[in-house]
Amino acid sequence: MSDHKTMTINLVVWRQKNANDPGKFENYTVKGITEHHSFLEMLDVLNEDLIKTGKLPVSFDHDCREGICGMCSQVVNGAPHGGQERTTVCQLHMRNFHDGDTIYIEPWRATAFPIVSDLVVDRTALDTIIQAGGYVSCHTGGIADGNAILIPKPAADEAMDAAECIGCGACVAGCPNSAAMLFTGAKVSQLALLPQGKAEAKARVKNMVEAMKECGFGNCTNHYECQASCPKGINVKFIARMNREYIKAQF
Amino acid sequence: MFSTSIGRKIVMAVTGCCMLLFAIVHLLGNSSIFAGAVGLNSYAQHLHSLPLPIIMAFRAVMLGLFLVHVLYGIQLTIENRTATPTSYAVKVSRKTTFASENMIWTGLLLGAFIVYHLLHFTFRVTPGLTLVNDAAGHFNVFAMVASSFSSFAGAGLYAAAMVVLFLHLYHGIQSFFQTMGWNCDCIQPKITTAGMLVALVLLLGYVSIPLSIFFGILKG
Repeated sequence: MSDHKTMTINLVVWRQKNANDPGKFENYTVKGITEHHSFLEMLDVLNEDLIKTGKLPVSFDHDCREGICGMCSQVVNGAPHGGQERTTVCQLHMRNFHDGDTIYIEPWRATAFPIVSDLVVDRTALDTIIQAGGYVSCHTGGIADGNAILIPKPAADEAMDAAECIGCGACVAGCPNSAAMLFTGAKVSQLALLPQGKAEAKARVKNMVEAMKECGFGNCTNHYECQASCPKGINVKFIARMNREYIKAQF
Repeated sequence: MFSTSIGRKIVMAVTGCCMLLFAIVHLLGNSSIFAGAVGLNSYAQHLHSLPLPIIMAFRAVMLGLFLVHVLYGIQLTIENRTATPTSYAVKVSRKTTFASENMIWTGLLLGAFIVYHLLHFTFRVTPGLTLVNDAAGHFNVFAMVASSFSSFAGAGLYAAAMVVLFLHLYHGIQSFFQTMGWNCDCIQPKITTAGMLVALVLLLGYVSIPLSIFFGILKG
Protein backbone atom coordinates (compact mmCIF):
# COMPACT_ATOMS: atom_id res chain seq x y z
CA MET A 1 0.00 0.00 0.00
CA SER A 2 1.21 3.42 -0.80
CA ASP A 3 -1.32 5.37 1.24
CA HIS A 4 1.33 7.72 2.53
CA LYS A 5 2.32 8.79 -0.96
CA THR A 6 0.07 11.52 -2.15
CA MET A 7 -0.16 13.28 -5.47
CA THR A 8 -0.57 16.89 -6.43
CA ILE A 9 -2.71 17.25 -9.52
CA ASN A 10 -3.10 20.31 -11.72
CA LEU A 11 -6.61 20.64 -13.05
CA VAL A 12 -7.86 22.70 -15.98
CA VAL A 13 -11.61 22.72 -15.47
CA TRP A 14 -14.34 24.17 -17.67
CA ARG A 15 -16.36 26.69 -15.65
CA GLN A 16 -19.62 28.00 -17.03
CA LYS A 17 -22.35 29.60 -14.89
CA ASN A 18 -25.27 28.72 -17.18
CA ALA A 19 -26.22 27.95 -20.78
CA ASN A 20 -25.80 31.60 -21.81
CA ASP A 21 -22.43 32.17 -20.16
CA PRO A 22 -19.58 31.78 -22.67
CA GLY A 23 -17.57 29.82 -20.10
CA LYS A 24 -13.82 29.48 -19.67
CA PHE A 25 -11.14 27.22 -18.27
CA GLU A 26 -9.92 27.72 -14.69
CA ASN A 27 -6.71 26.28 -13.30
CA TYR A 28 -6.71 24.56 -9.92
CA THR A 29 -4.18 22.59 -7.93
CA VAL A 30 -5.46 19.81 -5.74
CA LYS A 31 -3.19 18.24 -3.12
CA GLY A 32 -3.27 15.11 -1.02
CA ILE A 33 -4.69 12.79 -3.66
CA THR A 34 -3.97 9.09 -3.18
CA GLU A 35 -4.08 6.36 -5.77
CA HIS A 36 -7.28 5.09 -4.15
CA HIS A 37 -9.25 8.25 -4.81
CA SER A 38 -11.75 7.87 -7.60
CA PHE A 39 -11.82 10.69 -10.11
CA LEU A 40 -15.01 12.08 -8.59
CA GLU A 41 -13.55 11.83 -5.08
CA MET A 42 -10.63 13.87 -6.32
CA LEU A 43 -13.16 16.48 -7.49
CA ASP A 44 -14.82 16.27 -4.06
CA VAL A 45 -11.46 17.18 -2.50
CA LEU A 46 -11.17 20.10 -4.92
CA ASN A 47 -14.69 21.28 -4.10
CA GLU A 48 -14.07 21.11 -0.33
CA ASP A 49 -11.00 23.29 -0.88
CA LEU A 50 -13.04 25.71 -3.01
CA ILE A 51 -15.84 25.91 -0.42
CA LYS A 52 -13.31 26.54 2.38
CA THR A 53 -11.87 29.46 0.47
CA GLY A 54 -15.33 30.85 -0.23
CA LYS A 55 -15.37 30.00 -3.93
CA LEU A 56 -18.10 28.36 -5.94
CA PRO A 57 -17.53 24.58 -6.17
CA VAL A 58 -17.35 22.86 -9.57
CA SER A 59 -20.74 21.42 -10.54
CA PHE A 60 -20.65 17.88 -11.89
CA ASP A 61 -23.23 15.14 -12.34
CA HIS A 62 -22.96 11.94 -10.33
CA ASP A 63 -25.24 9.49 -8.62
CA CYS A 64 -24.42 5.83 -8.00
CA ARG A 65 -20.63 6.15 -8.22
CA GLU A 66 -20.45 2.49 -9.09
CA GLY A 67 -20.58 2.75 -12.87
CA ILE A 68 -24.19 1.82 -13.56
CA CYS A 69 -26.36 4.93 -13.40
CA GLY A 70 -25.03 6.90 -16.34
CA MET A 71 -25.03 10.25 -14.57
CA CYS A 72 -21.36 11.13 -14.51
CA SER A 73 -20.34 12.82 -17.69
CA GLN A 74 -16.92 14.35 -18.09
CA VAL A 75 -14.45 14.51 -20.90
CA VAL A 76 -11.13 13.86 -19.19
CA ASN A 77 -8.02 14.73 -21.19
CA GLY A 78 -10.04 14.60 -24.39
CA ALA A 79 -11.74 11.25 -23.85
CA PRO A 80 -15.29 10.80 -22.51
CA HIS A 81 -15.07 9.15 -19.06
CA GLY A 82 -11.27 9.38 -19.25
CA GLY A 83 -10.76 6.84 -22.00
CA GLN A 84 -10.18 3.72 -19.88
CA GLU A 85 -11.98 0.81 -21.51
CA ARG A 86 -15.49 0.11 -20.19
CA THR A 87 -15.13 2.64 -17.37
CA THR A 88 -17.35 5.49 -16.29
CA VAL A 89 -15.57 8.49 -14.84
CA CYS A 90 -16.73 7.54 -11.33
CA GLN A 91 -14.89 4.25 -11.70
CA LEU A 92 -11.76 5.90 -13.03
CA HIS A 93 -9.15 5.94 -10.29
CA MET A 94 -6.35 8.34 -9.60
CA ARG A 95 -3.87 5.46 -9.78
CA ASN A 96 -4.08 6.02 -13.54
CA PHE A 97 -2.49 9.44 -13.10
CA HIS A 98 0.85 10.61 -11.82
CA ASP A 99 2.01 13.23 -9.37
CA GLY A 100 2.16 16.61 -11.09
CA ASP A 101 -0.10 15.60 -13.99
CA THR A 102 -2.23 18.24 -15.67
CA ILE A 103 -5.76 17.04 -16.35
CA TYR A 104 -8.26 18.78 -18.60
CA ILE A 105 -11.89 18.32 -17.55
CA GLU A 106 -14.63 19.38 -19.96
CA PRO A 107 -18.36 18.79 -20.20
CA TRP A 108 -19.99 16.79 -23.03
CA ARG A 109 -20.00 19.23 -25.93
CA ALA A 110 -22.95 18.94 -28.30
CA THR A 111 -25.65 21.33 -29.46
CA ALA A 112 -28.24 18.79 -28.29
CA PHE A 113 -26.74 18.85 -24.77
CA PRO A 114 -26.90 22.45 -23.51
CA ILE A 115 -24.62 23.11 -20.56
CA VAL A 116 -26.50 23.64 -17.30
CA SER A 117 -23.50 24.55 -15.20
CA ASP A 118 -19.76 23.76 -15.39
CA LEU A 119 -19.59 20.04 -16.20
CA VAL A 120 -23.34 19.41 -15.98
CA VAL A 121 -25.20 19.13 -19.28
CA ASP A 122 -28.90 18.72 -20.00
CA ARG A 123 -29.39 15.28 -21.55
CA THR A 124 -33.17 15.57 -21.97
CA ALA A 125 -32.63 14.98 -25.70
CA LEU A 126 -31.85 11.32 -24.97
CA ASP A 127 -35.16 11.01 -23.12
CA THR A 128 -36.91 12.62 -26.09
CA ILE A 129 -35.50 9.90 -28.35
CA ILE A 130 -36.69 7.17 -25.97
CA GLN A 131 -40.13 8.78 -25.74
CA ALA A 132 -40.36 8.63 -29.54
CA GLY A 133 -40.45 4.84 -29.47
CA GLY A 134 -37.93 3.26 -27.12
CA TYR A 135 -40.57 1.16 -25.38
CA VAL A 136 -43.05 -1.65 -25.94
CA SER A 137 -46.69 -0.61 -25.64
CA CYS A 138 -48.75 -3.60 -24.65
CA HIS A 139 -51.07 -4.77 -21.91
CA THR A 140 -48.71 -6.28 -19.43
CA GLY A 141 -51.29 -7.96 -17.19
CA GLY A 142 -49.90 -10.37 -14.67
CA ILE A 143 -46.43 -11.80 -14.72
CA ALA A 144 -46.07 -14.05 -17.76
CA ASP A 145 -45.19 -17.70 -17.26
CA GLY A 146 -41.52 -18.42 -17.63
CA ASN A 147 -40.71 -19.50 -21.20
CA ALA A 148 -44.23 -18.68 -22.39
CA ILE A 149 -42.53 -16.67 -25.14
CA LEU A 150 -39.58 -18.56 -26.50
CA ILE A 151 -36.55 -16.39 -27.27
CA PRO A 152 -33.47 -17.94 -28.86
CA LYS A 153 -30.48 -17.66 -26.58
CA PRO A 154 -28.29 -15.76 -29.12
CA ALA A 155 -31.08 -13.19 -29.62
CA ALA A 156 -31.54 -12.82 -25.87
CA ASP A 157 -27.80 -12.40 -25.39
CA GLU A 158 -27.53 -9.80 -28.11
CA ALA A 159 -30.53 -7.88 -26.79
CA MET A 160 -28.88 -7.94 -23.38
CA ASP A 161 -25.63 -6.57 -24.85
CA ALA A 162 -27.61 -3.70 -26.37
CA ALA A 163 -29.50 -3.17 -23.11
CA GLU A 164 -26.20 -2.53 -21.32
CA CYS A 165 -26.47 1.11 -22.43
CA ILE A 166 -26.74 3.35 -19.38
CA GLY A 167 -27.69 6.43 -21.41
CA CYS A 168 -24.75 8.53 -20.25
CA GLY A 169 -24.26 10.21 -23.64
CA ALA A 170 -20.53 9.42 -23.96
CA CYS A 171 -21.17 8.20 -27.51
CA VAL A 172 -22.45 11.67 -28.44
CA ALA A 173 -19.58 13.34 -26.59
CA GLY A 174 -16.96 11.20 -28.33
CA CYS A 175 -18.52 11.47 -31.80
CA PRO A 176 -16.88 14.11 -34.00
CA ASN A 177 -20.39 14.79 -35.40
CA SER A 178 -22.24 14.65 -32.05
CA ALA A 179 -24.46 11.87 -33.40
CA ALA A 180 -26.62 9.81 -31.07
CA MET A 181 -26.56 6.74 -33.29
CA LEU A 182 -25.01 4.32 -30.80
CA PHE A 183 -27.50 5.26 -28.09
CA THR A 184 -30.48 5.03 -30.46
CA GLY A 185 -29.10 1.98 -32.24
CA ALA A 186 -28.72 0.12 -28.96
CA LYS A 187 -32.33 0.75 -27.96
CA VAL A 188 -33.75 0.02 -31.43
CA SER A 189 -31.73 -3.21 -31.59
CA GLN A 190 -32.57 -4.37 -28.08
CA LEU A 191 -36.30 -4.16 -28.79
CA ALA A 192 -36.09 -5.39 -32.40
CA LEU A 193 -34.30 -8.54 -31.27
CA LEU A 194 -37.05 -9.59 -28.88
CA PRO A 195 -40.50 -10.89 -29.86
CA GLN A 196 -42.21 -8.33 -27.62
CA GLY A 197 -40.54 -5.48 -29.50
CA LYS A 198 -40.96 -6.80 -33.03
CA ALA A 199 -44.63 -5.75 -33.38
CA GLU A 200 -43.77 -2.04 -33.25
CA ALA A 201 -40.30 -2.30 -34.78
CA LYS A 202 -41.07 -0.37 -37.98
CA ALA A 203 -42.78 2.62 -36.37
CA ARG A 204 -40.21 2.65 -33.59
CA VAL A 205 -37.12 2.94 -35.76
CA LYS A 206 -38.71 5.60 -37.97
CA ASN A 207 -39.84 7.71 -35.03
CA MET A 208 -36.64 7.39 -33.05
CA VAL A 209 -34.49 8.30 -36.06
CA GLU A 210 -36.73 11.30 -36.71
CA ALA A 211 -36.43 12.34 -33.05
CA MET A 212 -32.63 12.16 -33.25
CA LYS A 213 -32.66 14.76 -35.97
CA GLU A 214 -35.21 17.00 -34.23
CA CYS A 215 -33.10 17.00 -31.07
CA GLY A 216 -30.18 18.48 -33.03
CA PHE A 217 -27.83 15.51 -33.04
CA GLY A 218 -25.45 15.18 -35.96
CA ASN A 219 -25.28 12.46 -38.60
CA CYS A 220 -23.23 9.30 -38.30
CA THR A 221 -20.23 9.08 -40.61
CA ASN A 222 -18.99 5.74 -39.28
CA HIS A 223 -15.97 6.93 -37.33
CA TYR A 224 -16.79 4.34 -34.60
CA GLU A 225 -15.44 6.75 -31.98
CA CYS A 226 -18.70 6.11 -30.05
CA GLN A 227 -17.80 2.50 -29.41
CA ALA A 228 -14.39 3.50 -28.07
CA SER A 229 -16.06 6.10 -25.83
CA CYS A 230 -18.83 3.85 -24.48
CA PRO A 231 -18.27 2.87 -20.84
CA LYS A 232 -20.32 -0.27 -21.50
CA GLY A 233 -18.52 -1.18 -24.72
CA ILE A 234 -21.69 -1.11 -26.83
CA ASN A 235 -20.71 -2.31 -30.29
CA VAL A 236 -21.32 -0.36 -33.50
CA LYS A 237 -22.96 -3.50 -34.90
CA PHE A 238 -26.09 -2.12 -33.25
CA ILE A 239 -25.86 0.94 -35.51
CA ALA A 240 -25.65 -1.42 -38.49
CA ARG A 241 -28.70 -3.25 -37.13
CA MET A 242 -30.60 0.01 -36.76
CA ASN A 243 -29.70 0.94 -40.36
CA ARG A 244 -31.02 -2.48 -41.40
CA GLU A 245 -34.19 -1.99 -39.38
CA TYR A 246 -34.62 1.43 -40.94
CA ILE A 247 -34.35 0.03 -44.47
CA LYS A 248 -36.79 -2.78 -43.55
CA ALA A 249 -39.23 -0.19 -42.20
CA GLN A 250 -39.48 1.45 -45.63
CA PHE A 251 -41.19 -1.60 -47.13
CA MET B 1 -37.04 8.77 -45.85
CA PHE B 2 -34.57 11.14 -47.55
CA SER B 3 -34.89 13.83 -44.91
CA THR B 4 -33.64 11.72 -42.02
CA SER B 5 -30.08 11.05 -40.99
CA ILE B 6 -30.09 7.35 -41.93
CA GLY B 7 -32.04 7.93 -45.15
CA ARG B 8 -29.48 10.38 -46.44
CA LYS B 9 -26.66 8.15 -45.27
CA ILE B 10 -28.10 5.38 -47.42
CA VAL B 11 -28.29 7.74 -50.40
CA MET B 12 -24.64 8.68 -49.84
CA ALA B 13 -23.70 5.01 -49.61
CA VAL B 14 -25.59 3.89 -52.72
CA THR B 15 -24.45 6.78 -54.94
CA GLY B 16 -20.89 6.33 -53.66
CA CYS B 17 -21.04 2.61 -54.37
CA CYS B 18 -22.26 3.24 -57.96
CA MET B 19 -19.38 5.65 -58.51
CA LEU B 20 -16.95 3.08 -57.07
CA LEU B 21 -18.28 0.50 -59.52
CA PHE B 22 -17.72 3.04 -62.29
CA ALA B 23 -14.17 3.64 -61.06
CA ILE B 24 -13.49 -0.11 -61.20
CA VAL B 25 -14.88 -0.45 -64.74
CA HIS B 26 -13.07 2.72 -65.79
CA LEU B 27 -9.76 1.27 -64.56
CA LEU B 28 -10.41 -2.03 -66.36
CA GLY B 29 -11.08 -0.10 -69.57
CA ASN B 30 -8.11 2.20 -69.11
CA SER B 31 -5.79 -0.74 -68.52
CA SER B 32 -6.15 -1.40 -72.26
CA ILE B 33 -3.38 1.19 -72.49
CA PHE B 34 -0.96 -1.55 -71.45
CA ALA B 35 -1.73 -3.18 -74.79
CA GLY B 36 -0.18 -0.08 -76.33
CA ALA B 37 -1.61 2.65 -78.50
CA VAL B 38 -3.70 0.16 -80.46
CA GLY B 39 -5.28 -1.18 -77.28
CA LEU B 40 -6.36 2.15 -75.86
CA ASN B 41 -7.42 3.61 -79.19
CA SER B 42 -9.57 0.66 -80.14
CA TYR B 43 -11.16 0.66 -76.66
CA ALA B 44 -11.94 4.38 -77.02
CA GLN B 45 -13.28 3.87 -80.50
CA HIS B 46 -15.50 1.03 -79.27
CA LEU B 47 -16.94 3.24 -76.53
CA HIS B 48 -17.62 6.11 -78.90
CA SER B 49 -19.29 3.83 -81.42
CA LEU B 50 -21.99 3.00 -78.86
CA PRO B 51 -25.39 4.54 -79.71
CA LEU B 52 -25.45 8.17 -78.67
CA PRO B 53 -28.59 7.86 -76.49
CA ILE B 54 -26.85 5.18 -74.42
CA ILE B 55 -23.75 7.34 -73.97
CA MET B 56 -25.77 10.42 -73.07
CA ALA B 57 -28.06 8.47 -70.68
CA PHE B 58 -25.01 6.98 -68.99
CA ARG B 59 -23.44 10.40 -68.63
CA ALA B 60 -26.67 11.82 -67.23
CA VAL B 61 -26.89 9.05 -64.63
CA MET B 62 -23.27 9.56 -63.61
CA LEU B 63 -23.81 13.31 -63.34
CA GLY B 64 -26.90 12.71 -61.22
CA LEU B 65 -25.07 10.32 -58.89
CA PHE B 66 -22.19 12.77 -58.60
CA LEU B 67 -24.39 15.77 -57.80
CA VAL B 68 -26.52 13.92 -55.24
CA HIS B 69 -23.43 12.50 -53.52
CA VAL B 70 -21.66 15.88 -53.41
CA LEU B 71 -24.67 17.95 -52.36
CA TYR B 72 -25.73 15.53 -49.61
CA GLY B 73 -22.12 15.28 -48.47
CA ILE B 74 -21.90 19.04 -48.11
CA GLN B 75 -25.29 19.27 -46.41
CA LEU B 76 -24.50 16.50 -43.91
CA THR B 77 -21.11 18.05 -43.11
CA ILE B 78 -22.69 21.43 -42.41
CA GLU B 79 -25.27 19.76 -40.15
CA ASN B 80 -22.56 17.84 -38.33
CA ARG B 81 -20.58 21.01 -37.73
CA THR B 82 -23.73 22.69 -36.36
CA ALA B 83 -24.33 19.75 -34.03
CA THR B 84 -20.90 20.32 -32.49
CA PRO B 85 -20.71 24.02 -31.67
CA THR B 86 -17.65 24.20 -29.42
CA SER B 87 -14.76 21.88 -29.96
CA TYR B 88 -12.90 20.30 -27.08
CA ALA B 89 -9.72 21.96 -25.87
CA VAL B 90 -8.18 18.49 -25.76
CA LYS B 91 -9.52 15.63 -27.87
CA VAL B 92 -8.12 12.17 -28.36
CA SER B 93 -9.21 10.06 -31.30
CA ARG B 94 -9.11 6.34 -30.79
CA LYS B 95 -11.01 5.08 -33.83
CA THR B 96 -11.26 8.11 -36.05
CA THR B 97 -8.78 8.00 -38.92
CA PHE B 98 -7.30 10.73 -41.08
CA ALA B 99 -9.42 9.36 -43.93
CA SER B 100 -12.68 9.31 -41.96
CA GLU B 101 -12.15 12.80 -40.57
CA ASN B 102 -11.39 14.36 -43.93
CA MET B 103 -14.08 12.78 -46.13
CA ILE B 104 -15.48 16.19 -47.02
CA TRP B 105 -12.06 17.50 -48.08
CA THR B 106 -10.97 14.41 -49.99
CA GLY B 107 -14.45 14.42 -51.53
CA LEU B 108 -14.25 18.06 -52.63
CA LEU B 109 -10.74 17.54 -53.99
CA LEU B 110 -11.97 14.54 -55.97
CA GLY B 111 -14.92 16.58 -57.23
CA ALA B 112 -12.52 19.27 -58.46
CA PHE B 113 -10.30 16.60 -59.98
CA ILE B 114 -13.24 15.00 -61.83
CA VAL B 115 -14.18 18.39 -63.31
CA TYR B 116 -10.56 18.90 -64.41
CA HIS B 117 -10.34 15.33 -65.72
CA LEU B 118 -13.46 15.85 -67.87
CA LEU B 119 -12.18 19.17 -69.22
CA HIS B 120 -8.86 17.46 -69.87
CA PHE B 121 -9.66 14.17 -71.57
CA THR B 122 -13.40 14.33 -72.38
CA PHE B 123 -13.87 17.92 -73.56
CA ARG B 124 -10.14 18.34 -74.35
CA VAL B 125 -10.09 22.06 -73.66
CA THR B 126 -7.01 22.22 -71.43
CA PRO B 127 -3.88 23.58 -73.15
CA GLY B 128 -0.93 21.46 -74.26
CA LEU B 129 -2.82 18.41 -75.52
CA THR B 130 -1.68 16.52 -78.62
CA LEU B 131 -4.88 16.17 -80.64
CA VAL B 132 -4.13 14.08 -83.73
CA ASN B 133 -5.68 11.20 -85.63
CA ASP B 134 -4.06 7.79 -85.93
CA ALA B 135 -3.25 5.94 -89.13
CA ALA B 136 -6.81 4.60 -89.40
CA GLY B 137 -8.20 8.12 -89.25
CA HIS B 138 -9.61 7.78 -85.72
CA PHE B 139 -8.79 10.15 -82.88
CA ASN B 140 -5.50 9.11 -81.28
CA VAL B 141 -6.38 8.88 -77.59
CA PHE B 142 -3.02 7.37 -76.73
CA ALA B 143 -1.12 10.35 -78.15
CA MET B 144 -3.29 12.71 -76.11
CA VAL B 145 -2.78 10.75 -72.89
CA ALA B 146 0.94 10.34 -73.53
CA SER B 147 1.39 14.05 -74.17
CA SER B 148 -0.30 14.89 -70.85
CA PHE B 149 1.57 12.39 -68.72
CA SER B 150 5.00 13.05 -70.17
CA SER B 151 5.33 16.14 -67.96
CA PHE B 152 5.99 15.88 -64.23
CA ALA B 153 3.08 18.19 -63.45
CA GLY B 154 0.65 16.20 -65.59
CA ALA B 155 1.59 12.79 -64.21
CA GLY B 156 2.06 14.14 -60.67
CA LEU B 157 -1.39 15.73 -60.56
CA TYR B 158 -3.08 12.49 -61.55
CA ALA B 159 -0.99 10.45 -59.12
CA ALA B 160 -1.81 12.86 -56.29
CA ALA B 161 -5.51 12.73 -57.13
CA MET B 162 -5.42 8.96 -56.91
CA VAL B 163 -3.93 9.13 -53.42
CA VAL B 164 -6.90 11.32 -52.48
CA LEU B 165 -9.20 8.72 -54.07
CA PHE B 166 -7.53 6.03 -51.96
CA LEU B 167 -8.18 7.98 -48.75
CA HIS B 168 -11.80 8.58 -49.72
CA LEU B 169 -12.40 4.92 -50.55
CA TYR B 170 -10.46 3.60 -47.56
CA HIS B 171 -13.17 5.05 -45.34
CA GLY B 172 -15.97 4.92 -47.90
CA ILE B 173 -16.01 1.23 -48.76
CA GLN B 174 -16.30 -0.14 -45.22
CA SER B 175 -18.66 2.72 -44.44
CA PHE B 176 -20.98 1.52 -47.22
CA PHE B 177 -21.43 -1.88 -45.57
CA GLN B 178 -22.05 -0.35 -42.14
CA THR B 179 -24.61 2.10 -43.53
CA MET B 180 -26.46 -0.60 -45.45
CA GLY B 181 -26.51 -2.65 -42.26
CA TRP B 182 -24.55 -5.47 -43.87
CA ASN B 183 -22.15 -5.56 -40.99
CA CYS B 184 -21.57 -7.08 -37.59
CA ASP B 185 -18.74 -7.12 -35.09
CA CYS B 186 -17.26 -10.32 -36.52
CA ILE B 187 -16.90 -9.15 -40.13
CA GLN B 188 -16.31 -5.45 -39.56
CA PRO B 189 -12.48 -5.66 -39.36
CA LYS B 190 -12.44 -7.93 -42.43
CA ILE B 191 -14.62 -5.49 -44.39
CA THR B 192 -12.29 -2.65 -43.42
CA THR B 193 -9.26 -4.62 -44.63
CA ALA B 194 -11.01 -5.70 -47.82
CA GLY B 195 -12.11 -2.13 -48.49
CA MET B 196 -8.57 -0.92 -47.97
CA LEU B 197 -7.28 -3.54 -50.43
CA VAL B 198 -9.85 -2.57 -53.08
CA ALA B 199 -8.88 1.09 -52.60
CA LEU B 200 -5.20 0.11 -52.84
CA VAL B 201 -5.74 -1.87 -56.06
CA LEU B 202 -7.50 1.15 -57.57
CA LEU B 203 -4.70 3.45 -56.40
CA LEU B 204 -1.93 1.27 -57.84
CA GLY B 205 -3.88 0.54 -61.00
CA TYR B 206 -4.67 4.15 -61.77
CA VAL B 207 -1.27 5.50 -60.75
CA SER B 208 0.52 2.93 -62.90
CA ILE B 209 -0.77 4.63 -66.07
CA PRO B 210 0.69 8.16 -65.65
CA LEU B 211 3.83 6.77 -64.00
CA SER B 212 4.60 4.24 -66.72
CA ILE B 213 4.19 6.95 -69.34
CA PHE B 214 6.25 9.47 -67.38
CA PHE B 215 9.09 7.01 -66.83
CA GLY B 216 8.95 5.92 -70.44
CA ILE B 217 7.95 2.31 -69.73
CA LEU B 218 4.92 2.72 -71.98
CA LYS B 219 5.75 4.15 -75.38
CA GLY B 220 2.92 2.85 -77.54
